[in-house]
Amino acid sequence: MDIIFYIINTVISILTVVIPLFLIVAYVTYSERKIIGFMQSRMGPTRVGPSGLLQPIADVLKLVSKEIIIPTNASKGIFLTAPMLMLVPSLLVWAVIPLSELFIISNINAGLLFILALTSLSVYGVILAGWASNSKYAFLGSMRSAAQIIAYEIAMGFALVGVLMLSGSLNLQVIIQEQSGSIFNWYWLPLFPLFLIYFIAGVAETNRAPFDVSEGESEIVAGFHVEYSGMAFAMFFLAEYMNLILISILSSILFFGGWLSPFQGTFLDIYFAFVPGFVWLSLKTMIFIFVFLWLRATLPRYRYDQIMRLGWKVFLPITFFWLTVIGILIYLKYLPL
Amino acid sequence: MNIELITFIIFSSLLIFTSIKVITSSNPVLSAINLVFSFFLSAVLWLLLGAEFLSIILILVYVGAVMVLFLFVVMMLDINIAKKNAAYIKYLPLGIGIFIVFNILIILFFINTFENINYNAISSINIISESNTENLGFVLFTDYILEFEIAGLILLLGILSAIILTYRKNPNNKYQDPARQIDVRKKDRLKVIKGLKE
Repeated sequence: MDIIFYIINTVISILTVVIPLFLIVAYVTYSERKIIGFMQSRMGPTRVGPSGLLQPIADVLKLVSKEIIIPTNASKGIFLTAPMLMLVPSLLVWAVIPLSELFIISNINAGLLFILALTSLSVYGVILAGWASNSKYAFLGSMRSAAQIIAYEIAMGFALVGVLMLSGSLNLQVIIQEQSGSIFNWYWLPLFPLFLIYFIAGVAETNRAPFDVSEGESEIVAGFHVEYSGMAFAMFFLAEYMNLILISILSSILFFGGWLSPFQGTFLDIYFAFVPGFVWLSLKTMIFIFVFLWLRATLPRYRYDQIMRLGWKVFLPITFFWLTVIGILIYLKYLPL
Repeated sequence: MNIELITFIIFSSLLIFTSIKVITSSNPVLSAINLVFSFFLSAVLWLLLGAEFLSIILILVYVGAVMVLFLFVVMMLDINIAKKNAAYIKYLPLGIGIFIVFNILIILFFINTFENINYNAISSINIISESNTENLGFVLFTDYILEFEIAGLILLLGILSAIILTYRKNPNNKYQDPARQIDVRKKDRLKVIKGLKE
């Protein structure tokens, strides 16, 4: 009986995260089109519903009702599993994300490692999709993307090592609690270079502009998902936006105190005590999502060799250097604050 | 039948199945994918023993990095699907010989311990804390620091030698010096010509 209750409880807590997440993804696409529209002096979607608010629903309906076309000579099994391989890790990571003081699906000790391991898996979806479609453009896109993801994953991992050194734990709840105190106790201050590297590497990992060479509409049509249609394409789309939200929420958890109130330690703290931690976390995450969209509207695509150079020759040495600095500061007992 | 045993049986039999698929599938990409699955399943077995650090590291390093590069190389190859029968029968006696020898060794080694596997062997180690990540780190950086550093140096040497073996400076290489690219100013590239009539 106990085990049945446990399973029901787990399923409910998973649904409370996943269903809102899908809705959020739908409206992140809407806000992306509106915000980029605004930045480029356009209207964005306006037709479906009041000021285009039902546009994402219409998009979903369109994608669901379309046929999934499988190219001749494609490796059928892998062609159909690749989108799932992309989507599943990006959903699975949400199991260890602390959404408030109390709510986390599974509070495991190795949370940060779990996230690193799962984000490194999303590259399989890209590689296998590119290979299985049996198309030049798709293959080129997946090759580019694989090299890029490997390059940036290392810098990203090292940036997280800084967080690990300061908090002394891999548990995400502990990492947030270690940052409590005031806005200056959050890790963005001692780890500022690592935060910048983490965020930029995150943009590169999710294959978003200006690092979207794996899609590169102007050079290789649409990259690895050029042969996909209907729901198979929708899964890539979902995974991309889920990763975008994930990187944003992780940046706010690891460097900006997660669900901690920004007014902690000041006289304003009492007036904002009623605000639940989830609201603060969402606000911080929304700011990062906005930065993602802003980058896409502003910057042109990086040249491929410059992406590689940036990852290996700029980010990696900076992380090495800053980790040494942090190590020395911890040894001299200036850190953690 | 406790739940550990059931999980162990399910995942180890799947592991054996995927391992066999690695060597029998005719398409190298499928072999690589099955190897990925077998890494996953063995990570689950580690997890069952309570070694969460090692199991996640297995996924992070082998699945997330090593196998990606494997797939990368395999996909670049011009794949000729291996012809069946031809090679198998030739190597069959040798294969069966090795199979028998290894299995006898494994059975001799594990015959006593197989009955009573201690699922808590790793998680019951409590040097400084309950998390085996911290325990492992503690042991690595105190008792085994020398071995740890030597392993690091050997890996560094491996990276350097791989680069030296493959790096060839091509005089015709169209390498673009980023410093010079950034250094370009408007007057270097633009020339305003006056006095031209249409």
